Amino acid sequence: MMQASRHAGPADLPIGSDADLAWVRQQVRQAAAELGFGLVQQTKLVTAASELARNTLVHGGGGHVRITPLDAGSTHGLRLDFVDTGPGIRDLDQALTDGYTSGGGLGLGLSGAKRLVQEFEVDSRPGEGTTVTVTAWATVVPPSRTVP
Amino acid sequence: MTGFAGHGPAVGHGFTVPVLQLGDVLLVTLQGELHDGMAEQLQEDITARISNTRVSGVVIDISGVEIVDSFLGRVLAEIAAGAKLLAARTVLAGMRPAVAITLVELGLTLPGLRTALDVERAMELLGVTTRRGEGSP
Ligand SMILES: Nc1ncnc2c1ncn2[C@@H]1O[C@H](COP(=O)(O)OP(=O)(O)O)[C@@H](O)[C@H]1O
Ligand SMILES: [Mg+2]
Repeated sequence: MMQASRHAGPADLPIGSDADLAWVRQQVRQAAAELGFGLVQQTKLVTAASELARNTLVHGGGGHVRITPLDAGSTHGLRLDFVDTGPGIRDLDQALTDGYTSGGGLGLGLSGAKRLVQEFEVDSRPGEGTTVTVTAWATVVPPSRTVP
Repeated sequence: MTGFAGHGPAVGHGFTVPVLQLGDVLLVTLQGELHDGMAEQLQEDITARISNTRVSGVVIDISGVEIVDSFLGRVLAEIAAGAKLLAARTVLAGMRPAVAITLVELGLTLPGLRTALDVERAMELLGVTTRRGEGSP
């Protein structure tokens, strides 16, 4: 069994099959638990990861996820980069609309994942690929952020 | 106990979905990691089983499931829709609180899917009286 410590560096996991999606869910859950995420926070992040990893597989034709533990003073976070070299997303606003799917799904993966994490970013180029980056923190507001 | 032994992807990776027939009701117990392909196979198997056994109810126990994403949510909704066409009612039992909170935020509220806090209450909802607890005060 992998012994990731809370000071572990980034880890890359392949996304190429159903079994890989299951493995990504397990590894994200384990990393979040080790960083002190509560049960609801873990469940939200793992669910978001499951949606985004499936998009990487189904819409992006496969790729990988990079799992990066973050340290912001007294709190810990987890950043996940879902990377593929698939067709890209032509209309991002449309893709982020609840219920929009280009086929087969419920169209809640991208928009739902956005609601389940604290930070969400999409970098997509038609014909080149898509990277979706999400970050969640063990506490709701990372203390590194200055309050005006 | 009746399972799906020999029915392909519903069994595999050390994972079995137990399906019990209790009188007029099928009790399906989901646990742990359910791969996408296995969930789809399960949908086919349950639907065939309803048709063969002519049960009038299906209880899906998800108390052992740690996350429900839009894929599994859709499969559950489709199992219920298929069951309804075959004149059976479906009750989803035992959803974990963290899963419920997450589903609401995801935007997946599964309308049309009856739920119960646990299997016993789900059975009651379907008109099956479990005799458990009869001897205790
Ligand atoms: N990695 C990706 N590469 C290409 N297109 C994507 C990717 N992720 C999402 N999309 C597009 O955005 C749409 C909405 O995604 P999502 O909300 O997850 O819904 P669903 O996966 O159910 O279709 C998809 O149908 C697809 O067209
Ligand atoms: Mg999706």
